[in-house]
Amino acid sequence: MANLDPIILRAEGVSKVYPGTLALDKVDFKIYRGKVNVLIGENGAGKSTLMKILSGVEGASSGKLLLEGKEITLRSPRDATRQGIGIIYQELNLFPNLSVSENIFMGREKLSSFGLIKHKAQEEIARGLLERTQQPISPKSLVADLRIGQQQIVEIAKALAQNAQILIMDEPTSALSQHEVESLFSIIQDLTAQGVSIVYISHKLDELLRIGDYFTILRDGRLVAESTAADVSLEWIVEKMVGRSSDSLFQREEHEAKEVLLEVSHLNLPRAGGGMILDDVSFKLRAGEVLGIYGLMGSGRTELLESLMGLQYQATGEIKLADKPLRGNIEARIRSGLALVPEDRQRMGLVQVLSVAKNMTLSSLGRFVRGLALSDTQEKKGVKQMIKELSVKVADPAQLITSLSGGNQQKVVVAKSLLTEPKVLLLDEPTRGIDVAAKGDMFSIMNELSKKGLGVIFVSSELKEIMAMADRVLVLARGRISADLARASLTEQALVAASANDVGRLAA
Amino acid sequence: MSQVATHSRPAFSWRMLLLSFRAYIALIVLAVIFAFLSPAFLTTGNLVILTKQVALNAILGIGMTFVILTAGIDLSVGSIVGLSGMIAGGLINQGLVLPLFGIAIFFNVWIVMLIALLVGVLVGAINGLLITRLNVTPFIATLGMLYVARGAALLRSNGATFPNLVGNPELGNTGFPILGTGTFLNLPIPIWIMLVFALLATFVASKTPFGRQVYAVGGNERAAELSGIRVKRVKLLSYIISGFCAAMVGLIISSQLVAAHPATGETFELNAIAVVVLGGTSLMGGRGTMGGTIIGAFVIGILSNGMVLLGISEFWQTVIKGFVIILAVVVDQLQYRLQQRAALQLKE
Repeated sequence: MANLDPIILRAEGVSKVYPGTLALDKVDFKIYRGKVNVLIGENGAGKSTLMKILSGVEGASSGKLLLEGKEITLRSPRDATRQGIGIIYQELNLFPNLSVSENIFMGREKLSSFGLIKHKAQEEIARGLLERTQQPISPKSLVADLRIGQQQIVEIAKALAQNAQILIMDEPTSALSQHEVESLFSIIQDLTAQGVSIVYISHKLDELLRIGDYFTILRDGRLVAESTAADVSLEWIVEKMVGRSSDSLFQREEHEAKEVLLEVSHLNLPRAGGGMILDDVSFKLRAGEVLGIYGLMGSGRTELLESLMGLQYQATGEIKLADKPLRGNIEARIRSGLALVPEDRQRMGLVQVLSVAKNMTLSSLGRFVRGLALSDTQEKKGVKQMIKELSVKVADPAQLITSLSGGNQQKVVVAKSLLTEPKVLLLDEPTRGIDVAAKGDMFSIMNELSKKGLGVIFVSSELKEIMAMADRVLVLARGRISADLARASLTEQALVAASANDVGRLAA
Repeated sequence: MSQVATHSRPAFSWRMLLLSFRAYIALIVLAVIFAFLSPAFLTTGNLVILTKQVALNAILGIGMTFVILTAGIDLSVGSIVGLSGMIAGGLINQGLVLPLFGIAIFFNVWIVMLIALLVGVLVGAINGLLITRLNVTPFIATLGMLYVARGAALLRSNGATFPNLVGNPELGNTGFPILGTGTFLNLPIPIWIMLVFALLATFVASKTPFGRQVYAVGGNERAAELSGIRVKRVKLLSYIISGFCAAMVGLIISSQLVAAHPATGETFELNAIAVVVLGGTSLMGGRGTMGGTIIGAFVIGILSNGMVLLGISEFWQTVIKGFVIILAVVVDQLQYRLQQRAALQLKE
């Protein structure tokens, strides 16, 4: 590691002990000034713990933090802010009902001598900060009216307003479209050029390779490797993260496509205020097939799955499942053999107050009724089988769902769908926010299901995953199918080109 | 973190154990204190009176628990208590008057009670439909029905009481007072009704798909909907159950008093919410048990009864009850935080 840049913040021998667990084990983490410092690790590797310590949410059990060589103690997030350390969480912390500038100055309002908020002054400063990010966002607009990507920029501006010298970003691109990712990256470049140091945490390895200057990899609470961008490759990262090579992780197994299971013809979904969200979408899915759906955010990919499930009441067109027309509400469609694993696990997939077992059986309670009541024995049997089949890591199915890691929570959502014994499984971004090993598990689950003759539709915005797993890919662009690519003809270029394709729309 | 951590059970902790059983502990402590301070407390006579009082709050609380578990609230139960009593009282004393034919039909007491219960179901159904079909928030919908049902109760008799609900042997509608004052196997019938309702509700909440769905709807409505649960139907049924329970209480009270008064049940909705909350059910929905509600009703009941026996002023009783309810929720939050922390520790 030659040519090292100056270090702004150094964590020295930081350990964190939770009762029964050593979450961080003498980690030395360095943040280089004006660089993008990438922190990688599977879920549970200790990233979030380290992040909590750096941002003052939790104290370390031992070890120290040195800011520009001087030891600092962070007792609260406020302390961290005062030292110039800002953090942007994956879940944005904004008030949608307030304006951009009100959000930026939340809790630190500029007050007049009468104790009133000086809106004009705040808006001026906010405008200056937003200009630094080169985004056309008005300080007066309501946060609720902004796209997710723009909201994230507001978060960045908020951190800048607090003079953040170090900016920690946790999975910043997980909700962004490709275009928004590009503008985020250019903002990051501007910020680093201005001397701001970035700590960047993400599961999207291709992005990390593009943007990272320094790489630090955690595994099981220990720092296992650090390197500069020049010496880093995808294979190297994956190997260090999981301790094995990446080839075995994503691999579509040989399969045999059989009869047509799902037939969608002329599916239309109007957009409120004119235009179409889905515009004459027709396709077929065969038993044993994994059909990938690729498209940018807003291309209609989530709405397509929702229309299939009966969640979009405005949708028209014909859907046939195993030669029978599919109609009715979501409950009827689940009974007919369709199941959805929704995109947003926390909001749409899980009931946080319930146990692992109760979450799993929620869609298929009817199966477990004996006489008048739910049979404990039957339920336990079903749950146990799913835990085994999907290798969910859980000590006791009666423990709260929130005690599981993201990957295992996702498996529980999949188990819930599978317990309804679907013929066709719809997966919306099934690997979002889960670690590499759990991703590998998700893919082997998909392989197994297709082997059993299920049809699998899988929406993903990650090229690598869709290339690895899909037998066929439909590309959606502005609500239309702009390409239908068989596995043999799949290239990244073709997918990206088709996803940006407006030709169909113009011709129509 | 290590595999061992993800596979270990939550650490056993005395604090958690004490917190989990705090309602029972509070109940026992209260009983011991009052037994010690007042010799009259632990007599069979007093305990029966106490349980009879508890039964009313417990039955209301059972219905309310279903509603609160779905993250709703039912403010109309007190008015339903009054309305159901007035319906029953009117049917017994005046019969069903059909002015067009110049006649009045008198029903057998069983049918009278059935009609009163159906009125409760109807008000519950209106609550449920307002909430699920017209998207009125539960607070507003049931607040509105609080007024509507109370007004209907007053209209039934122009504000007067239906006295002396003993019926007339010639009309074949005697026997109504037995419901509130009769006994079966030496226990007052209202206590039996509470027991049956409690067992049935516990069974429904913990053993049936509907019960599970109630928890899911309250825990995360969107996720429940996407799991194929008919959220609207689950909510509607919860309000119907609550209306039914309230109508039952209206019948018991008017039977005990052998009279129906239109103002009966005022502020009962607050008692019902209090016993539910005291029993550890979260107003955010999704967390709570029927057993907790019954315990909550007993805690309030023992507290009132004991304080009366000790001669504590009625005004102080009210103040103390208020503090007990707040204390219960504070402790509940403490337990919830401990649980969350335990879950997070398992994860990290």
